Amino acid sequence: MSSSIDSPAAATGPVKKFVHTSPGRRAWQRFRRNRLGFYSLVIFTTMVVLSLFAEVLSNDKPLIVRYEGQWYFPIARDYPETVFGGDFHTPADYLDPFVRERITTGGNWAIFPLNHYGPRTLNYFASQPNPSAPSRENLFGTDDRGRDLLAQLIYGFRVSALFGLALTVIGVAVGVLTGAVQGYFGGKTDLAFQRFIEIWGSMPELYLLIIFSAVFAPSVALLLILLSLFGWMGLSDYVRAEFLRNRQMDYVRAARALGVGNSRIMWRHILPNSMTPVVTFLPFRMSAAILALTSLDFLGLGVPPGTPSLGELLSQGKANIDAWWISISTFSVLVLTLLLLTFMGDALRDALDPRKAET
Amino acid sequence: MTTSLLDVKDLRVSFGGKEVVHGVDFHIGAGEKLALVGESGSGKTVTALSLLRLVHNATVTGSAQFDGRDLLRLSERELLGVRGREIAMIFQEPMTALNPLYTIGNQIAEVLQLKQPLSGQQAHQASIQLLADTGIPDPERRINAFPHQLSGGQRQRAMIAMALACRPKLLLADEPTTALDVTLRGQILDLLGDLQRRYGMSVLLITHDLNLVRKFADRVAVMEDGWLVERGDVGSVFAAPQHAYTRKLIESRPEREVDESVPPAAQPVMRANDLRVKYAIPIPGVRGWFSKGEFVAVKRAGFSIAPGRTLGVVGESGSGKSTLALAALGLLPHGGELDVMGRRWGPDAASNRAIRRLVQVVFQDPFSSLSPRMTIEEIAGEGLLVHEPGLPLPQRRERVIQALADVGLGERQFPGLLQRYPHEFSGGQRQRLAIARALIVQPQLLVLDEPTSALDVTIQKQVLKLLSQLQKDKGLSYLLITHDVDVIRAMAHDVMVMKDGDIVESGSVLQVLDAPRDEYTRTLVAAAS
Repeated sequence: MSSSIDSPAAATGPVKKFVHTSPGRRAWQRFRRNRLGFYSLVIFTTMVVLSLFAEVLSNDKPLIVRYEGQWYFPIARDYPETVFGGDFHTPADYLDPFVRERITTGGNWAIFPLNHYGPRTLNYFASQPNPSAPSRENLFGTDDRGRDLLAQLIYGFRVSALFGLALTVIGVAVGVLTGAVQGYFGGKTDLAFQRFIEIWGSMPELYLLIIFSAVFAPSVALLLILLSLFGWMGLSDYVRAEFLRNRQMDYVRAARALGVGNSRIMWRHILPNSMTPVVTFLPFRMSAAILALTSLDFLGLGVPPGTPSLGELLSQGKANIDAWWISISTFSVLVLTLLLLTFMGDALRDALDPRKAET
Repeated sequence: MTTSLLDVKDLRVSFGGKEVVHGVDFHIGAGEKLALVGESGSGKTVTALSLLRLVHNATVTGSAQFDGRDLLRLSERELLGVRGREIAMIFQEPMTALNPLYTIGNQIAEVLQLKQPLSGQQAHQASIQLLADTGIPDPERRINAFPHQLSGGQRQRAMIAMALACRPKLLLADEPTTALDVTLRGQILDLLGDLQRRYGMSVLLITHDLNLVRKFADRVAVMEDGWLVERGDVGSVFAAPQHAYTRKLIESRPEREVDESVPPAAQPVMRANDLRVKYAIPIPGVRGWFSKGEFVAVKRAGFSIAPGRTLGVVGESGSGKSTLALAALGLLPHGGELDVMGRRWGPDAASNRAIRRLVQVVFQDPFSSLSPRMTIEEIAGEGLLVHEPGLPLPQRRERVIQALADVGLGERQFPGLLQRYPHEFSGGQRQRLAIARALIVQPQLLVLDEPTSALDVTIQKQVLKLLSQLQKDKGLSYLLITHDVDVIRAMAHDVMVMKDGDIVESGSVLQVLDAPRDEYTRTLVAAAS
């Protein structure tokens, strides 16, 4: 019997440590080989991680202040101006030249973030009218309300990226679940679900958004829910098709013959083999989500006023066409983000292409 | 022998620096039939296709003198003139080789008009004549048929008509009968032989089937892993094979290894009486909106399988034998009586669980029957998770290792076996894995649905040997579904012959196969010998 088995050449030599690569790991290796996609992933992840620490990078409050032998942490706590020798009991404005002088001279010192402005900071001591062009004070200039553009971009990117991520995760979870149920059970379940999707899909999404933003106070959570309600349908079709195909495979039949339950077959047997379209579309879905949020903000239907947002900046850029720094910088951030996501998506699609699976 | 029509010298084919055909020499005389034999991956198809430069991304070196010209030196434009007109091809699967959107008449006429100055009317007439030559009944009507309206055999005949449209000097036939049912294979082969004589052309037959070679070819060339290991006249090669691989191929016909002493009369493992399986099929037209038609795939089947014995079910595609297998597994709703050790399949999963343990299955295609994203341990251990959920991990692992050892797979040949994935194994090894997965729950009955049809002949023999060994060791019963009479003869105690959902004949294997009473059984047995 043993003659039938091609014994590996290494069998007689020293025992080699075999690394058995799962199809997923091999796909990852193929992904890594695509330079553009891999570096896009690295850069994008870095950008998101950095933006998570936006408060440390760009804030109008110093990180640490050493004043008169005492430690202060303005980034975590508000201190009244009186603490630093001012006259008011209101929180200290660290952009005020007076306060700044008090905490940086005579043995006192303070560590400021890289960018001295927060997303909502209005610089009352600015030397130029708003919107002001890029200068040493504001590296990217300010918007038409006098807020620092770089801070706006950092915080706006964070909102966009996190929103995109959340919308993608919810959309994928709902889409995979509904697609799996339709595809696996087929028949009447599938028929009913398909008709429901057709009806649901024909609802005018934008009108609903306008109506809801008139009825409820706009918030990021509301926007997330509303967009999620409509964002799962495209993916569910793909997952349904994969499940319809895979449930016919012999390994599913064999599992059914073994007596494996429906949910276990779906979860352990079919789902891992149906993830290709899901994973492939992840970056594209995320870029679509970011774009959707930006467009809604641009139209004024998005996040509540005052929230840093790329769409709102774009609309400012449109309103102040001569303040080129607003539109150019926002546009660049948006293009960079979407481009990185698209490169990642391309690389993923190649990595998961079944025709290239054996190379 | 006449002068060579095609003389191939030192043909080497490589893909991206990796050589797959290592210097092949052969020649075909005018009007000669040469068979190129080998198992999958031996390079036989690549050899033939590279003559016409039909292989993508391949580097081809050597020479191929055809009618005074070297095919490998011709420009792409000159080669276009050779393809179809002087050298034609027919392929294995006629359904994919014909364009489904055009009638066959259209497709044949296209070839004719491309290569010869014919008017539309003349081409149409010539096409009808060609179809008549290939033995398609009623060619005037059939010429307007689309490929899907023809049967498999008729499609292959239409393909042959297309290939022969320009009276080629050489026909490359790549596994022309593999996709067809056994009874059709002989007919197509006879047709090819007949046309070859009538048109006086040469044929290069590419096949893995030694029966075909013996019946059809004048000379044979045997390929193994891209090397041409033996060639000669069919008679002398079959009578006295020189190369070890040729001997192995010729001896790969499965031998009967059945323990005849097992009594048939004991308490049966599975018993069926008046078993019926129906499918709902759509009705065309408006009526189909409101109701479904039904197609009876298995009619009034009755059988019983005793412990330790094998019941073979043989029939052609569409005879209902695979449906019967699924019904036996309780995966299809069925009417009539079907009990397993006295128990019936019920509608809900929980009550069926105990029966599932008794009846397990091995499918035909070892590539689709193992989930590519599960490790060997997960695949083989699945049954234990379902039927013995309380088993602790170390014991489960032990059982998995034992089951794998039973089918001849061990840590010794495959370091890290349990953590491997199916793609690291060959077809035969995967089929062993599928058997291990079925055996781990210690079933009484194994349903084998074409267990060796997707495997090469030499591997097929090993898997069959393993199965009969397991039967003797464990006292398993088999329900063996196959289209291959040789496999039935080698494995089964009893046999049922199915045709169009009916059981046309049943009885003990030797009795049925050696003295078939039914007309259909006789054709089946005759086609296989």
